[in-house]
Amino acid sequence: MSAPVDQSYPQTGTTLHAPQAPRPVSAARVFWALLMRDAVVVRRELIFFLLRTAMQPLLFTVVFGYLLPRMGFVHRGYTAALLPGVLAVSLALAAVQSVALPMVADFGFTREIEDRLLAPVANWLVALEKVVSGAGQAVIAALFVLPLARLIMGPIPGLSLGHIGLVVLVTVFGAASFSMMGLFLGSVIEGAQIGLLFGIVVAPMIMFGCAYYPWRGLDAVPAMKYAVLLNPLTYVSEGLRAVLIPDQPHMPIPVILIALAAVTALFWRLGLRAFMKRALS
Amino acid sequence: MSAAAIAMGPNGGEVVALESLDLTVGEGEFFGLLGPNGAGKTTTIGILTTRVLPTDGSAFVAGQDVVGAAVSVRQRIGVVPQRPNPDRGLSVIENLVFHAAYFGFSRAESRARAEEILQRLGLGERGESRVDQLSGGQQQRLMIARALIHQPQVIFLDEPTVGLDPQARRALWEILRGLHAEGRTIVMTTHYMEEAEQLCDRVAIVDRGRLLACDPPDVLKKKAPGGTLIELTLDGPAGPALAAARELPDVLSAEAEDSTLRVYHPRGGQAVAPLIAAVQAAGRAVTNIRLAPPSLETLFVSLTGRKLD
Repeated sequence: MSAPVDQSYPQTGTTLHAPQAPRPVSAARVFWALLMRDAVVVRRELIFFLLRTAMQPLLFTVVFGYLLPRMGFVHRGYTAALLPGVLAVSLALAAVQSVALPMVADFGFTREIEDRLLAPVANWLVALEKVVSGAGQAVIAALFVLPLARLIMGPIPGLSLGHIGLVVLVTVFGAASFSMMGLFLGSVIEGAQIGLLFGIVVAPMIMFGCAYYPWRGLDAVPAMKYAVLLNPLTYVSEGLRAVLIPDQPHMPIPVILIALAAVTALFWRLGLRAFMKRALS
Repeated sequence: MSAAAIAMGPNGGEVVALESLDLTVGEGEFFGLLGPNGAGKTTTIGILTTRVLPTDGSAFVAGQDVVGAAVSVRQRIGVVPQRPNPDRGLSVIENLVFHAAYFGFSRAESRARAEEILQRLGLGERGESRVDQLSGGQQQRLMIARALIHQPQVIFLDEPTVGLDPQARRALWEILRGLHAEGRTIVMTTHYMEEAEQLCDRVAIVDRGRLLACDPPDVLKKKAPGGTLIELTLDGPAGPALAAARELPDVLSAEAEDSTLRVYHPRGGQAVAPLIAAVQAAGRAVTNIRLAPPSLETLFVSLTGRKLD
């Protein structure tokens, strides 16, 4: 902290900053500038971001994808069911956190987000930018986890990138829907309750999202089999399972895509409404 | 506080309305909204800067509807908030460069402008600092830099000097005077009388969302009840002492409110001793005493029955 510098005005006597007629700027250009702002912040904090979001799925991979199979407690083929789930968890954690955590500060005491809400663009585009940026961060996290998880687990029977188009589609849907969920949670949660978010929303979502077991495996527990249909993570886990390891049992792909579209639409509605309410008092 | 409006007239004048009363803010004018906390000043600024939706009425800035054409309004305004709210993910200069980028300035152009403005506001050495490393006064100057970087036509400042030490406050005043001298329209809220008197071409006095007066500071001061205000706080209801106070020679006016007795007298200092004696004769003791020369403050007290701070 340094003392405020005493300042006499003006130093230059120029009127370089005199008011001007506003220059026209397209919404796309403002959107891009907002995205670049997030890119600068993410790049600066990339290591912390990856530690925060990838640690949990990677530790799970070590225990369930390496230790337990080696001990013989789980079948070696289990890794084929686990890998897509670990990727889905990475997507979900990264998307929710990268949107919701900064937003709690943005809407906090000083309303840091105000300089972006004063940008000459509709408020909903500021919200959409948050979602796009969060989805991008989620994809980065998943791409970081994928090779590491594969390395830890060893060769995975049936892993195929043959349906790359569908892989991209499910990944983008999943990332978008969870960053919209982050938009909603970040807009409705106050700073002091942020710990609660992870304890009572994110943790159960991850454990009961068919990430660590295939949905068809729940045939053994019918009540749970239908309850998990309310969990959006179920569709991302099953979706990645269906497109990455097609010979594993999974939900039908059309059902997954329709469900993901519905989840995305729902969270966009909820998230946008909550955001707009906070943005405009 | 239900409605506020600012509208640009044919020759670039702007109109502000609070509830049912309208005001005109001229282009290039330094306009002050003066009132105590809770008067509706921040809400007014919020509406005019498209951050608060008016519940009723219409509002225009530079001819643009703040609700219907919010994006257009944003292109024309710069905002200095009550509490500095820099983007803490970014460095000092990035705060400015990105803000300019949101307004369509190219990277090279915004960088050059940002450096120039930082230099001018005495932050030239702090460009690469994190915003947390700035003092309160420096953060406030960063907010002014941010409000200027896109060359807006109208600048809104919401209590810009709250929480600043006297030295930083004076420095900020100098900056604001300079901006005004360059022909900017400035709308500022404050609850400091001195600030409004020193800086503003015209001052609107608002309380509880209503406009009480609006004129240049010297005209307002003439509207103040003549004489010095002598405000006595008593140890009980001031009513019984009121008649005794009015009996004293040369008292211009006197009023009682709860345990406060207010007396206006042309020679404040001389009247204090007889006034205290008169109050004691009426069976009350004086627990506090305050003198205020004729000023916006005495006008404010006479209009609202309460002090500003």
